[in-house]
Amino acid sequence: MAEALLSVGLDVGTTSTQMIVSRLTVTNNASAFTVPELEISNREILYRSAVHFTPLLEGNLVDGDKIRQLVEEEYQNAGISRDEVDTGAVIITGETSRRENAKAVLSALSEYAGEFVVATAGPALESILAARGAGAVAESRATGQRVFHMDIGGGTSNMALIENGEILCTDCLNVGGRLIKLDGEGRIHYISPVLTGLCKLSPGDRATEEDLASVAALLVQALEMAAGLREPTPLLQQLRSAELGDFRGCTVENAVISFSGGVADCIEKEHAPFAFGDMGPILGREIRKSRLCQGRYRIGQETIRATVIGAGCHSAQLSGSTVFCQNVSLPLKNRPAVVLEKEAQALSAPELGERIRQKLAQQDTLPVLALPGWKAENYGCLRKWAEVLARALPSPVLIAAETDMAKALGQAIALHRRGDGILCIDRVKLAQGDYLDVGNPVGPAFPVVIKTLILER
Amino acid sequence: MNKEELSAMIAEILSGMGKQPMVKGSEYKPTHEEPQPSQEHFHPGEFVPDVTKLNLRQLYLVDNPADGEKFRKMKESTPARLGSGRAGPRYKTVTMLRFRADHAAAQDAVWAELEADFAKEHGLLPTKTKCNDKEEYLTRPDLGRCFDEHNAKAIKGVIDKPPQVQLVVGDGLSGAAIAANAMDCLAAMKDGLKARGIQTGKDIFVKYCRVGAGDAIGDITGCELVCVLVGERPGLVTDKSMSAYITYRPHTGVSESSRTVVSNIHAQGTPAYEAGAYIAELIETILKKKVSGVGLHLEAAQ
Repeated sequence: MAEALLSVGLDVGTTSTQMIVSRLTVTNNASAFTVPELEISNREILYRSAVHFTPLLEGNLVDGDKIRQLVEEEYQNAGISRDEVDTGAVIITGETSRRENAKAVLSALSEYAGEFVVATAGPALESILAARGAGAVAESRATGQRVFHMDIGGGTSNMALIENGEILCTDCLNVGGRLIKLDGEGRIHYISPVLTGLCKLSPGDRATEEDLASVAALLVQALEMAAGLREPTPLLQQLRSAELGDFRGCTVENAVISFSGGVADCIEKEHAPFAFGDMGPILGREIRKSRLCQGRYRIGQETIRATVIGAGCHSAQLSGSTVFCQNVSLPLKNRPAVVLEKEAQALSAPELGERIRQKLAQQDTLPVLALPGWKAENYGCLRKWAEVLARALPSPVLIAAETDMAKALGQAIALHRRGDGILCIDRVKLAQGDYLDVGNPVGPAFPVVIKTLILER
Repeated sequence: MNKEELSAMIAEILSGMGKQPMVKGSEYKPTHEEPQPSQEHFHPGEFVPDVTKLNLRQLYLVDNPADGEKFRKMKESTPARLGSGRAGPRYKTVTMLRFRADHAAAQDAVWAELEADFAKEHGLLPTKTKCNDKEEYLTRPDLGRCFDEHNAKAIKGVIDKPPQVQLVVGDGLSGAAIAANAMDCLAAMKDGLKARGIQTGKDIFVKYCRVGAGDAIGDITGCELVCVLVGERPGLVTDKSMSAYITYRPHTGVSESSRTVVSNIHAQGTPAYEAGAYIAELIETILKKKVSGVGLHLEAAQ
């Protein structure tokens, strides 16, 4: 059995907007004599759009109408229609007005948004998608190396630390090639507000290469700090993306550094300093001279397209193949995760019920209950949980387990909530603060997307 | 070379064996340091460490590996005995002991009997095939597929009308597999069938059971579908693997190709309760399509 999902990735960045179309092949890896085990076995890129400049209005706002036009044209070029698309992601990046831009793009694409499982995303997800799209995750899995991946774009640098193909942590800095824009003679016409206090230049000035190099050197220092190659100073905090909050502190030791994003193309290749009307070539040159390139480093398989390929090919995962769904209308979107820690599985039934009610009381939208690491000793234990969950959870019942138990758990809950909406999936690991999207089923499994930050509509 | 010369040569070779290698003393350098006797001494009453407690998936024994950590990671995805290193041309002691322990457990599982009151304790109807003991069961597969009159009568006695679905638990080649998995799987299965409005007859336990015993039960009960949970031949990975064999319209002589199998039901494979929920859904499909086994796959492929 082989089924396919048609997936679209759209990356609306500070500088460029790109789209790809890919086909995700789903195959059953299990033999005919065991329970099915569906996996995404192949990710094939069918179409890559050109790299467009992101259409902007005044004040760095994205022009939603132009984006819609662009997407319409690219759908035509790719030869696909909206109703063929099963899944995908729109990634909206930018060092400023991220929220406003996300809203503009979303409302412009509202007629398309139904197909996209993810409509918005946060910097942590971007970091993950860029690392996957650039091939850094696959490389880490293949070689067993620790890889520190940096996707350096126009406005932000998304970073991910990967070990054995697993992403340990992510970070995002407001460091990019288009924080300063200028013309062919070096006359500045834009300076990003994130550079306030870091740069003496102002719009209208004529910048020399040296002026820009000194700004770039500061930005590169922040990157070095993030990579653990320099003692952190307040500079790091100043350039850190506000939405991400505190850095979760991973030590980056003995890691191979990997680069993607538009600026990655300027690291090994020398470009004329003002060739792209921004400081990208100079930033790339400063990176090449910095500590980042003194040890082992490499340029990703994909550079400027890493994020869009990540969005198109790597945003969707599959749930386990023995799951339970009754009377829930799909797709489900933006369901916040309420995590019930593994320790809670030892609680007595009344205590467990109370714990769940407390957790749910803090939530004003319908959440998905996550049970990371929960594993039932036997069916009796599962049935006890089912009874408690059936009583405590609102309708529809949404549960994401990690170990293989969703079908039995969902079925046992259904005995108490006959005819009610129940979706119980497994092989999905959610953390507090995550959001979950669930698409229409592929065979017995469900495509899911885990998001780390969401912007209210 | 005549016979005497040959004997003399052999005698010379034999006399040289057990002595130092036939190289000049000055040239002889062992490639490795000679192993020293272990410093750990065990005293009477103490136990040596239990080799069966080691998690093989995390055990990597190659000396001086290029990247042992990576190998260990890969090893976690397979029960195969890889990366076990060597002592000269042979296994290391721990590898050898573990292999023999697992092999012994597999052999024991075949011979182990389920507790005598297993059926009664779990509310199953206790029955037995025509086999009289384990030895006969192992040597006469044909007897493991049918019942004597007494047992057939006992089965008839608990059936008032032909059930839609008859559930059967049989020890098969591993009583340990049944003790570990059958009741969890059965309970989840029955909950799933109940939710779907599918009736089951009284659950039957069969001692000395082959899969074909389900066919005989089909003859006796006239059920539309039989599902036999049976202990699988123990292997070196686990001695607790159970399978479910589902047959639509079972009767003696039914083709093996008409059975749908769900195998690998054990703690490291598909958990028993999850398999039970899956089988309940599968039974519903089979009842709807009125076909099991290869026919079901062909239908699905269409």
